[in-house]
Amino acid sequence: MTDLLGWRSRLPRGGPQLAALALALAANAVVSPDFFHLLLRDGRLFGSPVDILNRGAPTVLLGVGMALVIATRGIDLSVGSVMAIAGAVAAAGVAHGLPWGVSIALALGAGVACGLWNGLLVAIMGIQPIVATLVLMVAGRGVAQLITSGRILTFDEPHLLWIGGGAIAGLPVAVVVALAAAALVLLMVRRTALALFIEAVGVNPQASRLAGVPSRAVLVYVYLVSGLLAATAGVLAAADIRAADANNAGLWLELDAILAVVLGGGSLYGGRFSLGLTVVGALTLQTLKTCILRAGFPPEFNLIAMAGVVAVVLVIQSPAVGALGGRLVPRLREVRL
Amino acid sequence: MNGRNLPLAATLAVFVAAYAVCAARFPAFIGTRVPADLVTDNAFLGVIAVGMAFVVISGGIDLSVGAVMGFSSVLISLAVSRWGVPPMAAFLLAVGLGTGFGAAIGAAIHGLRAPAFIVTLTAMFLARGAGFLLTTEAVPIDHPFFRTVQDLAIRLPGGGRLGAVSLVMAAAFLAGGVLLHATRFGNSVFAIGGDRRSAELMGVPVGRTTVLVYAISGGCAALAGVVISIYTRAGNPLTGVGVELDAIAAVVIGGALLSGGVGTMLGALVGVLIQGLILTYIDFDGSLSSWWSKIATGALLFAFIGLQKLIVQLPRLSPRMAGA
Repeated sequence: MTDLLGWRSRLPRGGPQLAALALALAANAVVSPDFFHLLLRDGRLFGSPVDILNRGAPTVLLGVGMALVIATRGIDLSVGSVMAIAGAVAAAGVAHGLPWGVSIALALGAGVACGLWNGLLVAIMGIQPIVATLVLMVAGRGVAQLITSGRILTFDEPHLLWIGGGAIAGLPVAVVVALAAAALVLLMVRRTALALFIEAVGVNPQASRLAGVPSRAVLVYVYLVSGLLAATAGVLAAADIRAADANNAGLWLELDAILAVVLGGGSLYGGRFSLGLTVVGALTLQTLKTCILRAGFPPEFNLIAMAGVVAVVLVIQSPAVGALGGRLVPRLREVRL
Repeated sequence: MNGRNLPLAATLAVFVAAYAVCAARFPAFIGTRVPADLVTDNAFLGVIAVGMAFVVISGGIDLSVGAVMGFSSVLISLAVSRWGVPPMAAFLLAVGLGTGFGAAIGAAIHGLRAPAFIVTLTAMFLARGAGFLLTTEAVPIDHPFFRTVQDLAIRLPGGGRLGAVSLVMAAAFLAGGVLLHATRFGNSVFAIGGDRRSAELMGVPVGRTTVLVYAISGGCAALAGVVISIYTRAGNPLTGVGVELDAIAAVVIGGALLSGGVGTMLGALVGVLIQGLILTYIDFDGSLSSWWSKIATGALLFAFIGLQKLIVQLPRLSPRMAGA
């Protein structure tokens, strides 16, 4: 998408997002002066920034998948439930004596199946994404409960524990996995014509189909990737707490993921996305949450703070406000060709 | 039989058939006891479904209802048992807040031209967060008024007890049905659900109708909070997680089209009863996990969406004209 107004070319791309992240980090440094204090022990880095990366890893994964889905003018509300299902499958797998690799493969496979289901509902049956994924959002937790028989399944399989607590090159495994997955998806869509197809479907599904874009395949693909990434996040979250909790795994993370995309400059109206900035958005969100906790607010305040941030972004993104502000306010929505 | 009545007919047929299956397996279903409990136990869902019917028929969606219900139940329990507010005043306060909150949602959707699901999803987190801020645990209510209301019931021949909350639900459906099917406002709801742009060009007050529709939904959700606080004699910030889907499912199973413009209040009522029937069956069976009800609801929703796709694609049966 080209920029006809020209204001964006004057700003470095991603400037606002990086500024927001810097601001959130600065706020943390004010609240707790030893925020940037890093410690290397047993080949693993410790410190608040590493914690933020570690806690933010699931949101990064969900955000990347959500960015692709939202770019097609869709939404995937089921990501939290898919996390619960994947965690339950992995835990049940090792509990039944399967090798850890097989258990994880099964968990990721479950995520792909969920994504495929969503994709088929949206692309083939033509159901609105919100409703199609809402079915799995609620039914999915039921499925996860059935897998764990309604209990919190704990495990002590060493490889899974390593995923939860180990380190690669000084960084927690979850961080490495999340960043590698994000980089992989980035390469996959931007090095091919996929990103262009995804944006085309988001801008005008009918026109893109007439122009020869395989719209349905693109739609199925984005939900599939979202399901796979959500399952990865589910395995990481289960490994982190050494248990599968069907009730609470990934609860409320749908909004985090959507918010990460929106903070990353993706349009809720489809047609534009940036995976790199979505990652920045997810980390900004996690930094903000850390700040809220460290400033002494109860964790429940997070929900309200995030709802507030979404509200602000909604107002800025609104076409109605864009028309009102005219040329004075730089429009966040791109001019559509 | 014309095309737009087919889903409602199918819903009624499914309900009758499902009830027959239940009665064949568990003879207790015959008589007034089980039906009366069915209505009383699902009164909160019924009240929410009334509001959701307006929203879905207007072409929107409201994901905030479960959270608003939870917030309202917490507010009532705290107000009555900790702050010493008279119960009726607490009810009025809760329903007033819910209605105002819904109106704000409607104004945001219309004013910002924002997608309904994002606005209501934000509202869901806001309401849930507000409920958690009030309290993070269940608050029991030990006010005598609640015991009195709970004991109020219409006794049916055969031992059935229609609780006070089921009367609230009946009143909500009656009022909702009249408002939707017999007023100018109801026609406007169908019109903007059928085709927003045409409705606007025809002079339908789209903004006012949108605000009112979400205000009704918010008010109904808060009223459901009243119902659940009477029914359980407690307020819990976790009440109503996932009730959004149940309500949407009830409306859709009842024959409303998710893209808007089609639906009936009677259908929504039957949709609620079908879901209640699934829960009752699972209860009677005893060996099934309660999580099957969520899965069954999802499957039923899926089946009815499939049915609607089929009907919409049949030529010459355009459901767009259902507003009359």
